[in-house]
This record gives sequence, C-alpha cells and structure tokens, in this order.
Amino acid sequence: MSLPEVSIVATGLANTASVRAAFERLGVATRLVDDTFEVQRAQALVLPGVGAFAPAARALDDLGLRGALRQRIEENRPTLGICLGMQLFCAGSHEGVGARGLGLVPALVEPLPAGPPLPQLGWNRVEPGPGCALLEPGWAYFAHTYCVGEPPEGWNVATTEYGRTYVSAMELGRVLACQFHPELSGEWGAALLRRWLESAS
Amino acid sequence: MIVPRLIPCLDVKDGRVVKGVRFQGLRDAGDPVELARAYQAQGADELCLLDVSATPEGRGHAVETVRAVRRELGIPLTVGGGVRLVADAARLLAVGADKVAVNSAAVARPQLLQELASTFGAQCTVLALDAARRGDGWEVVVKSGQERTGLDVLAWAEEATALGAGEILLTSWDRDGTGSGYDLELLRALTARVSVPVIASGGADGVGHMLEALEAGAHAVLAATIFHDGHTTVASLKSEMLAAGQEVRP
Repeated sequence: MSLPEVSIVATGLANTASVRAAFERLGVATRLVDDTFEVQRAQALVLPGVGAFAPAARALDDLGLRGALRQRIEENRPTLGICLGMQLFCAGSHEGVGARGLGLVPALVEPLPAGPPLPQLGWNRVEPGPGCALLEPGWAYFAHTYCVGEPPEGWNVATTEYGRTYVSAMELGRVLACQFHPELSGEWGAALLRRWLESAS
Repeated sequence: MIVPRLIPCLDVKDGRVVKGVRFQGLRDAGDPVELARAYQAQGADELCLLDVSATPEGRGHAVETVRAVRRELGIPLTVGGGVRLVADAARLLAVGADKVAVNSAAVARPQLLQELASTFGAQCTVLALDAARRGDGWEVVVKSGQERTGLDVLAWAEEATALGAGEILLTSWDRDGTGSGYDLELLRALTARVSVPVIASGGADGVGHMLEALEAGAHAVLAATIFHDGHTTVASLKSEMLAAGQEVRP
C-alpha cells in the first residue's frame, strides 16, 4: 500500500524535526505547511505542538488556520494532533484562560493533579477503550502538565494513569489525537503512525 | 503507571563520543550515530547528548550530530552544551532535539530558564546541574567542574524550577566516571526539595546502583561509561531490573 505524503503544520512552536524524522523512517515524504490552502489540500495533516496553550492558539490565529483545520476534521479527513496539538482540538484550557481552542472536542483541558512529579516526563501505559480502531495497548512517551480529563462525548478514547485516569488519546474515523508523542514512542509509536497513514490512503 | 527511564548519555566533542573521569582526561568512545542506534535497539528510554566542545567549530559539529542522530532515533533526545540564548535552543530543536539542557549559562543568567520555559514549555527545559560535595552540603560547579559558584545545589534547584525548569539532570561531580555509585544522599535531598522529575547521573557501574538511585527518589537514571565500555547493555540492565521487581518499559 502506498502511503500518502504527510503535511506538518509549522506553528514555529513544535519539535517538527522529530515528527518529520518519524514519518521519513516509514518511507513517507513530509513537508511543512503554514497556510490555509495547504491545510485544506493536505492528504494527511499533522498538528504538532509543544509549549503553552495560549501562544499555540494565537499561532493558529496568526496563520489564519482555524477554519481550514476545523473543516477538515469535521469532514473526517486524515488529521493527527500531537500533545498540545490534541489539546488544541478542545474548546479551551485552564492553562491559557481566555484562549480558544478549535472547539471540535467538547472538553476543557485541565492540569494533571498534584502529587506525582510535574511535568509528567516519561513512558506510561496507554489502554484503548472499546471502539478504538487505530490505538492499541502499549507504552508511550509523555511530556505534559495538562490533560483532557474526561472522555469527550462522541470520541473513542484511550486512557492512562498519572495521579488520576485521564484521556491519553482519542480517535474518530481518520482523525487521531494523542497526548503522548507517537514520534518518540519507539516501535509502538511508529506502528501507530503507520496505521493512521494506512487509514488515510 | 509511569516507569523509570534508563538514559544512555553521549558526551560529544567534535563529532565523536568522548568520556573521562570527573569531566577530565577525555578519551574517544565511538561514533554518536552508531552508539545512538545501538542503545535504541537495546531498549533505551531516552538519549542524552551533551556537547562538551568548547569552540565554535565544535558547536557546528554538534548541530550536525543532532541532525544525524535524530534521523535514526524514535525515542526522546535531550541535548545540552553551549546553550546561552533562546535562539541556541531553537537551533537544536529545529534539527531534532526534544528537550534542551542548560547548565553554566543558567547559573550566569537564571532568567534564561524563564525565557526557555515560556517559549518552549517547562517540559522542554532541563536544568543540568553539576554538584560537588562541600562539607554537609553540595555546591554547584560549572565549566566541567573547574569553576566553583558558591551556590548551594538545593537552593539553586528550587530557584531554577520556580523559573521554569521542568526537569533536573543531576550529576554528581564527585562520582562522575568513577563507577562508585550515584550520590544517594544528594538524590534524596534534591527529590525532597523539588517537584519536577530528577535524572540521576554520575557514578553508575551496574543495576545495583540504578535500583538504589530509584529507591532514593530518582525518576530516571543516566549512565555513559558502562555502556560505551561494553560492560553491559541497556537490555541486560532492564532484565535485571525486572528480575529485582522494578517495572521497566520492555
């Protein structure tokens, strides 16, 4: 099966080199995109992200990408949100009060509970719930302080334990959002990226 | 449940991996890309690459090394050495680092930590801290241990995390390269003081030392010499950890 080219949204605030390298190891061409037209026409699109919610939300505004991102996700076109990218699918976040997410997922991003070290940095178990087609159980690498707490209506979710049970990934058709970093999650992560791309082709 | 990380460290100078004792007497330990590939295949949970070059030419090499290592590496990569400005960190992230570690520059100008954390997030901002024993406590040392700072390690760690450091890479200068075990007292004292993850570094010569460090509160254990010298592999350390009842990523 030939896998589609991957377009990666370049917000200037993400570890895009790692994301590109992960797809290139799968034998797939990648390109960085930062305009509406390219986001609309991308066969497979990744919204990565590190850093804080408000600057990342602002970057989407500055690039004028909100409408195009919303549209392709509503149309169930192959789209992957990673880490902060997943959080940006949501309505908003306690991290950047007032900053708006894309509002595609009816959830407010909240802080991980105090107790274990924060940020969560390291490998943790991902356990997919019923209905997940792309996500499989395994170990994934996490680097975050905020999370989606409760399973949002309408999405198939995987959960992880860190001071609480929270949503570590969610999928709906060809749209996948991961709080963990599949590009840094070894062979398990590479296999997940491959399944997502296969669903896209 | 989160599991502790086992992190091989590559000290890189002019495109080659080097290793010494207490940061001195550096000798060649191999090609960074080959070692990175091998450690990943053995099950390393993360890789740390510290640029120990002191020259601008060396820094240029380091960027190329990070780029080449990234192509191979599907696990997290922390890069440190020579980061003085947000732009230095941005350059390393652009070629494939996932986290950036700062050491001397943060001591000279603590505000750097805040700038990095507000630009890239605390999860991307690592404080590398070299600690030397002084009487009852520990003093921060810089410039490969050649320069004392007069700063108390615990107070500095607390200040640095308040400024935005999201992780501490804690190296015991006294133990580095000696194989005499991590400084457990130091680990206990530091992990009681800060709420961010702490990586234990300096002195590991086997699984016993690593288990002790985890027991003392470390969230990850880093080693260099034992891997480069072929004394052991990540895979065999992990199976020994499992046998001792310590869960690890398979």
